[in-house]
Amino acid sequence: MSLAVRPGSLLAVIGPNGAGKSTLLKLIANLLQPETGSISVLGAAPGVEARSIAYLPQAEAVDWDFPVTVGEVAMMGRYARLGFGRRPGPVDRERVAAALETVGMAGAIDRQIGALSGGQRRRVFLARAIAAEPELYLLDEPVTGVDARTQEELMDVLEAEARSGKTVIASTHDLICAAQRFHQAAFINGRVIATGPAEIVLDQALLSETYGGHVLVLPGDGGRLVLDDAHHHDEASGGERHYHDESRG
Amino acid sequence: MNPVGFLVDPFSYGFMQRGLVATLLIGVVCAVMGTFVVLKGLAFIGDAVSHAAFPGLVIAYILGLPLYLGGAVAAVGTALAIGLVSRRGRLRFDTSVGVLFAGTFAFGVLLFSTINGYVGDLLGYLLGNVLGITTGDLVQVALLGAIVLAVLLATRKELLYATFDPLGAAASGLPVGGLEYLLLGLLGVTIVVSIQAVGVILVVAMLVTPAATAQLLVVRFERLMVLAAALAMVAALSGLYLSFYVNVASGASIVLVETLFFGLALLFGPRTGLLSRRLGRSGIAPPGAA
Repeated sequence: MSLAVRPGSLLAVIGPNGAGKSTLLKLIANLLQPETGSISVLGAAPGVEARSIAYLPQAEAVDWDFPVTVGEVAMMGRYARLGFGRRPGPVDRERVAAALETVGMAGAIDRQIGALSGGQRRRVFLARAIAAEPELYLLDEPVTGVDARTQEELMDVLEAEARSGKTVIASTHDLICAAQRFHQAAFINGRVIATGPAEIVLDQALLSETYGGHVLVLPGDGGRLVLDDAHHHDEASGGERHYHDESRG
Repeated sequence: MNPVGFLVDPFSYGFMQRGLVATLLIGVVCAVMGTFVVLKGLAFIGDAVSHAAFPGLVIAYILGLPLYLGGAVAAVGTALAIGLVSRRGRLRFDTSVGVLFAGTFAFGVLLFSTINGYVGDLLGYLLGNVLGITTGDLVQVALLGAIVLAVLLATRKELLYATFDPLGAAASGLPVGGLEYLLLGLLGVTIVVSIQAVGVILVVAMLVTPAATAQLLVVRFERLMVLAAALAMVAALSGLYLSFYVNVASGASIVLVETLFFGLALLFGPRTGLLSRRLGRSGIAPPGAA
């Protein structure tokens, strides 16, 4: 499979559950090793530039009952830079405060992470990513299950990061959001089906090829409403998938 | 007897002084380690490692080697083996641990039953007898305990991140796998240090109960650690008094005091208190709620 991302752009990774969206992000983040082929991340092998990468797991991968505050979670973004045995200093606290401000969570710095709503937790995790000052954001379904306003504000933040030259790769089920708010899109389902400008998300032929017909396309005013009928796909099959060099994107 | 005498008199005996220092040290080390054990869900592994230390102790006894050494090799070895199984194994994790745990303990009991004659020392390790601790043992406890505490405190922010969000931590370049082995190795050392005080069977309580109690009361990680350590120290002291005046086993007394604290926190704690919730529902402000 081949897939290249332009620096300073927002890339949406689209595909049904089990298509390998999470696997793709984990391969780039060096959380999984590819069985075949090679990946170059920020000009090096995965993991080499780990400090320039911020990875956001899906919400289910985190224990929300954990005794940490919003401020502590955001500070975790600084840990890899700090190194072992060093405590956060004034610069770190400044970065964390600014990051929480950016996502609108500065007022909640002393609250326990589990006491927040799903959307607020996602904001805090994005603040952690921003505090890490990465070149590359890898976001696994950052806007899944959050309200419309939070989604818009999170996308505003990511757009600003992209404008300042950062690269954002995010998986999403939200095709409308992908079409409207991202620059590039990649359809994947075990392989890359297509890549291109974000408008391809609304291409009906590509949609049915990616989703295998489990997509409902409805006419609407001024555009089309596309529903991702994700529930028909097997959630568990995305784990260990390997990629062949059969892309045409 | 005057109250001051009641509190001070027991510690006019050398064995009580050594016992106090040992239980305070062990209590603090176990509580700090226990914070990670509770947050990472390692309670069952802790129990398994302490039981697996037993055959190591018996083998060392038979060969005439220092008992600590035998226990340490067995405990740390088992802890790391469990780490390996959890990463590579095909069975459910708790299944593998359950098999390993019972098997190693049975092996220890089998060896134990072959020993003819006096086994007093070994029985002490099984049930714990902190009042029999020698000055030499105390130095070892202090040294090993200090190493465990120092390493845990030096790596606490990385351990915290890796426990809370292992994927995010690994992606940012932290050696999450290495940290897990480090934690398991330290768990093994902690258990060996503690076995003499409370014995193979009760070590898990020293690890889990103070941290679990603290978790019912506070929500910040560092406060959790400090409160767990404080609870463990109070329990150690109360347990020794109980042991001295009522003439009951010291290890069991300490564990029972810790368990009592847990029960009280469960009933009256502001966060999860069963009683305070009931009162809250009936319109009366729960005690300590804020």
